[in-house]
Amino acid sequence: MMQHLTSLPVLLPMLAAIFMLMPPCGKNLRARRIVSVGMGAITTVASIILLLMTREHGTSVYAIGNWSAPFGIVLIADPLSALLVTLTSFLGLVCGLYSCAGDDERGSFFHPLLHFLVLGVNGAFLTGDAFNLFVFFEVLLIASYSLLMHGGDKRNTRAALQYVILNLVGSSVFLIALGILYGTLGTLNMADMAQKVTLLQGDDVYLAKIGGLLLLVVFALKGALLPLHLWLPNTYSTAMPVVAALFAIMTKVGVYSMMRVYTLIFGEEAGELSHMAQNWLWWLAIATIVMGAIGVLASQDLRKMVANLVVVSVGTLVALVAVQTVQSSAAAIYYLVHSTLVSAALFLLADLIARQRGKVADRITAGRPVSQPLLLGGAFLVAAVAVIGMPPLSGFVGKVWILRSTLDTPYGNWFWLVYLVASLAILVSVSKAGSTVFWHQTGKGDNEQERAHPAQVCAVMLLVLCTPLMVIFAGPLSEYALLAAQELHDFTGLLQDVLGGVH
Amino acid sequence: MELLYSSCVGLLVACGVFLILRARTFPVVLGLTMLSYAVNLFLFASGRLTMNKAAVLGYSDGYADPLPQALVLTAIVIGFAMTAFVVILAIRGRADLGNDHVNGIEVNTATRNSGSQRKEQGKA
Repeated sequence: MMQHLTSLPVLLPMLAAIFMLMPPCGKNLRARRIVSVGMGAITTVASIILLLMTREHGTSVYAIGNWSAPFGIVLIADPLSALLVTLTSFLGLVCGLYSCAGDDERGSFFHPLLHFLVLGVNGAFLTGDAFNLFVFFEVLLIASYSLLMHGGDKRNTRAALQYVILNLVGSSVFLIALGILYGTLGTLNMADMAQKVTLLQGDDVYLAKIGGLLLLVVFALKGALLPLHLWLPNTYSTAMPVVAALFAIMTKVGVYSMMRVYTLIFGEEAGELSHMAQNWLWWLAIATIVMGAIGVLASQDLRKMVANLVVVSVGTLVALVAVQTVQSSAAAIYYLVHSTLVSAALFLLADLIARQRGKVADRITAGRPVSQPLLLGGAFLVAAVAVIGMPPLSGFVGKVWILRSTLDTPYGNWFWLVYLVASLAILVSVSKAGSTVFWHQTGKGDNEQERAHPAQVCAVMLLVLCTPLMVIFAGPLSEYALLAAQELHDFTGLLQDVLGGVH
Repeated sequence: MELLYSSCVGLLVACGVFLILRARTFPVVLGLTMLSYAVNLFLFASGRLTMNKAAVLGYSDGYADPLPQALVLTAIVIGFAMTAFVVILAIRGRADLGNDHVNGIEVNTATRNSGSQRKEQGKA
């Protein structure tokens, strides 16, 4: 049983989603909610067990159908992917819980789609095969297309149309890149590709380079890196907040794929092709931070502000990917977990605030006071302090680590300048937003207004409490991040595990 | 054969990109379809072009690489699903937004003016 554990984070959401389409809970919303939250919890527990197991026994490789690599498809649970799978499952559980307050009634099939999305994201994190990465990307994308349309209006249709078309073009580019890489390397297993890429000669080197850079375009699109980030603020701010919170993990899939591909396949030992994307990534990342910070300053409502904060966090992460040292990758892993949880929390909080302020909704202007100022204000304060990176909370730990790991790098001074100025911009606009929303009040709030549903409060609290917990357990967490980063950079063990005796 | 094949793929991509840049939903859908055909052909070629070879060992002298065929099969299935979805979305977009521009806004004011003129003429 234990050796099948690696496949559970992919199988459980799939079973959950299929089960929820079947008669017992097909039309029955109550049953569907119970199954959704229950299966979400089971998936999370399975992921946590997987996480603990990879910490104890190291990377586990699961050959699907017992077809050995490089011919079969393998799932690889190394510390990094186990951590991200746990994060995704947890986020899926929280969003499922939050939607039980009524968001899931606004369209059909919310819960099954949520689980299909979790299936796609978990699969993308676990797979060790480049083509399978494409397949899981498509699974998560088609679930995200439908979730984006869930309970939507006109603005939503427009954003969804653009998002779908952009991603379809992205998928085509992804396939072209895979075709080129298969044509030159003769394999699509990532570990095998890492070995074959060192043996390339002549024109094949350039072809492989084209393939690798096309992959960069695709991952930049998924991760919302600068020239390809314009879809993100629109899409995330028009989607339902609970969907947007769930999408907080999706940009991270792009960043994760960059980490994998550019340290494993085109990493240090790739000869002529090693670090080929590094220079590109640096400048694009810095420019992304600048654009994100400008977006944060210019945002007129909370949801758009959080969407732009996601852009800033992507820029930071990609800059760390470009550094490609163990320290920077470890910082990136810590920051990735922190930023996903915090931005999801902020999306949900923006929704709660918007519901309680009546017509003003989540616009950053004076308006009716919220009916639960202490609860929402406190939660917003914690999340805001974390997202700005002020001392007591996890954002600060992440920020210090990020700055230390980029200190001696070629473009480090540029990064420091831009990152710190961007942090200042975020500090200004988030504190302005918070004080405007909670303190500038016109009219009276009446207590008969809609109060937050217990499920919503519970979900938001789960996310917000992660931030102090990430500081209290910063020791073990950073150790784990370091372990994951070491495994990411030192992959000889992985090659041994995946390929075994095959050469 | 290589020249014919590659120019075919190139032509399909060029047409696809041109149609996508038209920024009207129907041409965009057509363009995406063409692009995905081109991509499927391209994937097929990544296993090298060979004549009269089976993808199974022992049925011919050599054998064709079976993997790209499996990949193309998967890509076709996914491509169909996505195209179906984008067609439905385009129809809904047309209904919700009142026009078929992907931005949801009629950019070309000249056509709108001529359209309203035509309407007025029709009334007159």
